[in-house]
Amino acid sequence: MEGRFIIETEGLTKKYNSYTAVNNLTLRIREGEVFGFLGPNGAGKTTTLLMFLGLTEPTSGKVRVSGLDPTREPLRIKEKVGYLPENVGFYDDMDARQNLRYVARLNRIPDEISSRRIDELLKMVGLFEEAGKKVGTYSKGMRQRLGIAEVLVKEPSIVFLDEPTIGLDPDGTNRMLELIQSLSREKNITVFLSSHLLEQVQKICDRVGIMIKGNLVAIGPIDELAQKKLGVEKGHYTLEEIYMKYFKEV
Amino acid sequence: MSGIFTILRKELEDHFSSTRFLLISALIVMVGVIIASMVGMGIQEELKGSTKPTLIFLFLFTSTGKLFSFVQFIGFFGPLIGIILGFDSINRERISRTLSKLVSQPIYRDSIINAKFLAGIVTITVVLVGIILIISGLGIRLIGVVPGSEEVGRLGIYLIISILYISFWLGVSILFSVIFRSTATSALASLALWIFFSFFVSLGANVLSDMVAPTPVGQTRPSPETIMKQAQVQRIVSLCSPVNLYTEATSTILNPMRQTTKLVFVGPMEQLSMMRFQNPLPLLQSLFIVLPHLISIIAITLVCFGVCYYIFMRQEIRTV
Repeated sequence: MEGRFIIETEGLTKKYNSYTAVNNLTLRIREGEVFGFLGPNGAGKTTTLLMFLGLTEPTSGKVRVSGLDPTREPLRIKEKVGYLPENVGFYDDMDARQNLRYVARLNRIPDEISSRRIDELLKMVGLFEEAGKKVGTYSKGMRQRLGIAEVLVKEPSIVFLDEPTIGLDPDGTNRMLELIQSLSREKNITVFLSSHLLEQVQKICDRVGIMIKGNLVAIGPIDELAQKKLGVEKGHYTLEEIYMKYFKEV
Repeated sequence: MSGIFTILRKELEDHFSSTRFLLISALIVMVGVIIASMVGMGIQEELKGSTKPTLIFLFLFTSTGKLFSFVQFIGFFGPLIGIILGFDSINRERISRTLSKLVSQPIYRDSIINAKFLAGIVTITVVLVGIILIISGLGIRLIGVVPGSEEVGRLGIYLIISILYISFWLGVSILFSVIFRSTATSALASLALWIFFSFFVSLGANVLSDMVAPTPVGQTRPSPETIMKQAQVQRIVSLCSPVNLYTEATSTILNPMRQTTKLVFVGPMEQLSMMRFQNPLPLLQSLFIVLPHLISIIAITLVCFGVCYYIFMRQEIRTV
């Protein structure tokens, strides 16, 4: 995996009063990579994502997303970056198309262009048939897939997915994972996903970072981490084991 | 400005298609039409055969008839329009988790709050212009008098004051929707403030005036000085309420015979007879009288919006 770094952080720290949510995070993500950002609840994953988007100001440290500083130029970053929050919300009294069109308009995409794009995206996430239904009637899995479509409306070069598979059934999870993988492979979109569901992340991520209590304790391809931590060869480990090892150390 | 028109458009669509907006505008139109036709028919009856005095047209709005005047009705009921349009504008988005999505789009964060405020003002304007036109049309038919430029001007100013006044309440309810996470809490808080200003301020004014200028012990009747002082205190206190501020301002601007914003107890027919000895004030002079009121209403509306803006911009957008 060669390519320029599209996300770079150096000594990134976020403090809420005395509580340190993210501590001295240094991270580099390559273009086109699928990066899994792992950690238990409250490890500082969402805070990190919000700092990448310029929605929260870092206490100290540097961030560059696609060469831009999120605190200085949040609007330009938001044009290039798609963000799917955990448990994404929609306007329940509008149908899927109206929801997507609203987001497209907020991105200043003319209706003529967006309507074609919206149809393509709805087909891609498998919601084309249900596009006329009000989003309030959608199941959790459908909402999550609609979320992916919404993130892609602006044709981003990076997507941030916050717990994209949480609360989905096995079938929904698989569809979601395939979708995420295809983003990276077919559209060369950098995917930065945060999760605490290790088994799923293992399937699709090129590299992972493990975040515990605000600290990045490990980063690298899963194989490498396994070798370093467990001393086993390829195929004889699960991410869960590696993770637990790190977790116990902290 | 980026994104503001997209949000404005959506908010307007939401307002005009919502059931609660339909209900409240239906109520206002209904009450407006009833008051106007009652007053209109009353004027028709009483003025049968006599020459119609000038400025009678504005009586449609200020005359109390059997119940209350249209101006009083809007003064009391207008806040509810503002509250209904704003009480859940921010926290509904927070609850349905669409706010974090909105702020991650390439729009300025203040476009969200500006667009919400603007959408409310546009809606208020549409409702008020609509009802004033309906009443005017009805009035022209009933009393057969076409309003002159002076009356149209007065109505225009009345309209502006009313829009500002209802926008103040819109600001209050949006402020509460920013502060409180639950829509029920923000609705109740706005309603509580509305009731407080509508009823309790005047009650409080009475109590306070008695405390400041008590009737001396042993005297059955207060001296004229005490009465004056009490009235003064009452007036000052009651002007703390936007409701009184609005009622005084609008009843003065719509009634050219009134040469002061202070309360005068004269009925519409007495006023008519007084007109023989008095000349109505020109529009500009009426405007001067209510200028302090007008400025106060603008000020409280702006302050309210400013506070709301400040709090919203400083809030952390976290997935709640």
